Amino acid sequence: MRKLLMAAALAVGLGAAGLGEARTVRWAASGDPNTMDPHSQNLGTVTMVLQQIYDPLIQRTQELGLAPGLATRWEQVEPNRWRFWLREGVKFHEGQAFTADDAVFSITRAQQPTSNYGIFVDTIDRAVQVEPFIVDIITRVPDPILPNKIASLMIMSRSWSEQHNSTRPQNTRNREEMHTTRNTNGTGAFRLSVREPDVRTVLVRNTDWWGWAEPGSREGNITEIIYRPIASDATRIAALLSNEVDFVLDPPLQDLNRLRAAPGIRVTEGPEVRTIFLAMDTHRDRLLYSDVTDRNPLKDLRVRQALYQAIDIQAIHRTTMRGQSVVTGTFFPPQVNGYSREEDVRLPYDQARARALLAEAGYPNGFGITLDCPNNRYINDEQICQAIVAMWARIGVRAQLNAMPLGPFFQKIQREDTSIYLLGWGVPTLDALYSFQSLLRSRDGGQGNGIWNYGRYSNPRMDALIDIMVNQSGDARNNAIREALRIYREDVPHIPLHHQMIPWAMRSNFTIPHMANNQPYFRWARMN
Amino acid sequence: MFAFIISRILQALPVLLAVALISFAMFAYVGDPVAIMLGQDYTQAQRDALVADLGLDKPFWVQFGTFIGNAVQGEFGLSYRLSRPVADLIAERAPATLELAFTAAILALAVGVPMGVYTGLYRHSWLSRFFLTFSLIGVSLPTFLIGILLILVFAVSLGWLPSFGRGDTVKLGWWTTGFLTWTGVKALVLPAITLGLFQLTLIMRLVRAEMMEVLRTDYIKFARARGLPNRAVHFGHALKNTMVPVITIVGLQLGAIIAFAIVTETVFQWPGMGLLFIQSVGAADIPVMSAYLLLIALVFVTINLIVDLLYYAVDPRLRIGRGKGGH
Repeated sequence: MRKLLMAAALAVGLGAAGLGEARTVRWAASGDPNTMDPHSQNLGTVTMVLQQIYDPLIQRTQELGLAPGLATRWEQVEPNRWRFWLREGVKFHEGQAFTADDAVFSITRAQQPTSNYGIFVDTIDRAVQVEPFIVDIITRVPDPILPNKIASLMIMSRSWSEQHNSTRPQNTRNREEMHTTRNTNGTGAFRLSVREPDVRTVLVRNTDWWGWAEPGSREGNITEIIYRPIASDATRIAALLSNEVDFVLDPPLQDLNRLRAAPGIRVTEGPEVRTIFLAMDTHRDRLLYSDVTDRNPLKDLRVRQALYQAIDIQAIHRTTMRGQSVVTGTFFPPQVNGYSREEDVRLPYDQARARALLAEAGYPNGFGITLDCPNNRYINDEQICQAIVAMWARIGVRAQLNAMPLGPFFQKIQREDTSIYLLGWGVPTLDALYSFQSLLRSRDGGQGNGIWNYGRYSNPRMDALIDIMVNQSGDARNNAIREALRIYREDVPHIPLHHQMIPWAMRSNFTIPHMANNQPYFRWARMN
Repeated sequence: MFAFIISRILQALPVLLAVALISFAMFAYVGDPVAIMLGQDYTQAQRDALVADLGLDKPFWVQFGTFIGNAVQGEFGLSYRLSRPVADLIAERAPATLELAFTAAILALAVGVPMGVYTGLYRHSWLSRFFLTFSLIGVSLPTFLIGILLILVFAVSLGWLPSFGRGDTVKLGWWTTGFLTWTGVKALVLPAITLGLFQLTLIMRLVRAEMMEVLRTDYIKFARARGLPNRAVHFGHALKNTMVPVITIVGLQLGAIIAFAIVTETVFQWPGMGLLFIQSVGAADIPVMSAYLLLIALVFVTINLIVDLLYYAVDPRLRIGRGKGGH
């Protein structure tokens, strides 16, 4: 133990030498990363730790734009070929020099079947080394948004991965624990020092990081990051109030007012790239959960509009969300490429009109339906559904709320065992295609097509436009997105509700830029 | 004696098998591990491959048979959530839970028995009334509420004790202990009180009732008539004879403490087996859940056996072989 303490003291002393003193930030969130493997699990709880350790070729700026990372510049030299010029003189934490070979290796690794990062490499045919510091990525179709995807792909060392038998992303099917489950070797601003799953994860500053001179990180003064997951909401907040942690990523909404009033605590808020909406079965001839037995009312546009117009979204915004939401008429937020303010218009809240539409459609007395809803996945998810059920009741729609934990909920909707359900959708690529393709494309077996379209919405014109988004760039693509958004507005495949707002809570001597992808970037953080 | 132990072990086997079967059957309803493991984006082929790899496409009885076959060899497979061997995960978490459970149990005994004796002897003193009122709180308040209240008072308002975690630990072989560091001991206080409070009040009320019962019996009157000092009467004769039911309850409660540390561990983010279990439920991590439930069943069975053996030590009537009598 004494040895350990001395080693720790020594490490702190060394780390602080460059900065004058140690600046440790202790932070907490509800979940722990499942793994330290950078291509295994595409989950926010994993990347919130790993993106401190690993660099991608292209980085995100504080506004989620693109900035040079391990690549200093990039260009679409041919329609199917992107070229990346790499940064020279970069070293991995264990000393290996970074070259084009590592970039090729990492892209190939993310293409393996055990990778959970397929969405970011779906158009890539292969990556090839052109020169020691130039890499070409050859795509099967022209991919204008490849840089957006590459920005989510972390770069590993080939020699280190080979040495530790970790050339494929870790997966349970490997039947044994892999080196990458608990070890890392990145090029990033911090390196892993202690990893105790579900207990604590300690990172220390990589003083050799190439990016410390860049604007933004130049001001960052954190030398050590201690992460501890705290699952219980009340305990997490108590730890912040009692000064045992400096930063809480996911404070519960009901505690925000108290936190704002607490001395020495600051709450920052910003929009998240996640939209909450209702999706429904527009495919079956009869609904699974409804008292209408001879037809599917949701196939009728007027019924969808009626359900939409019966929702008093401002009331949900004010009361259920306590002001912490951005009301929307579309299904991805302004940070996403392709967003259009003109198409972000809701059908007005109008109960008389909703009742009239229902009568026109042949349901003057409404109908019964079951609303499936998760109760622990999105902010106030169950309460939102309760409010909607009450609002529908006023136009005669007798909705039964079926709220359940996310495990059974996702299992149920993925079996398409649902008539109408609440879903929240984030956009990791920050491009509209991701949402269109997963949520609205007909399911035809094509990779990524309609994989989250559990209501089987299908519109040939929408499919054609999505194919344009996949294959074309420039104006043709932008126009396709625009038209698809208009169809979304007119055809009501979903009932959009709002974009989530995310609050972060911290001690007032700590500052960190609020990010719409809900990821903390400690390179930009300061402790005073 | 030996035959007795063997027969108890044989009786335990069907119990364990039943627990395994029930828990295994329940897990069909906790959610789809495949969906959780694959995340947002996957193809049908990827999904089918994973289902086949995990053996989830086989009939229920085949899956159950494989599970039992492996479990007998101590092989519980790999956690879906953490991709690490389940046996390792449980071995890593066991020390935290066991240290917490034993601290709570000792706290409950060390405070509960004297309080019970006192309230039994001095029924009308104001201190007894206070103890009894206080014990109502322990019996009636749910564990998570007690935990949150303690955190609010001792961590947030007073700042004396940590609100979560286990503090620094020292490694002794594969065992990690929090007893040897100051932060570790400090971190143990609130969770141990939370976990032990119910047991403490239970033991106190039990001892009190038993004491009052025993003090009315003839042999106590004879002891007093012979002029034995109060201390000998109260502790040598009365207390010892209240111990059989107390041991039963304490034994069963120790199992309960270990099994139901789940709530306390969640409130205090105590890195033990209960927290592991809760996190596994969230991820439909079936291998961890079934291993944990089996382990808990094993703990109960073992403790029951030890309790039965302790009766022999405490109650002389059993040793003479007159069968089960007395209380």
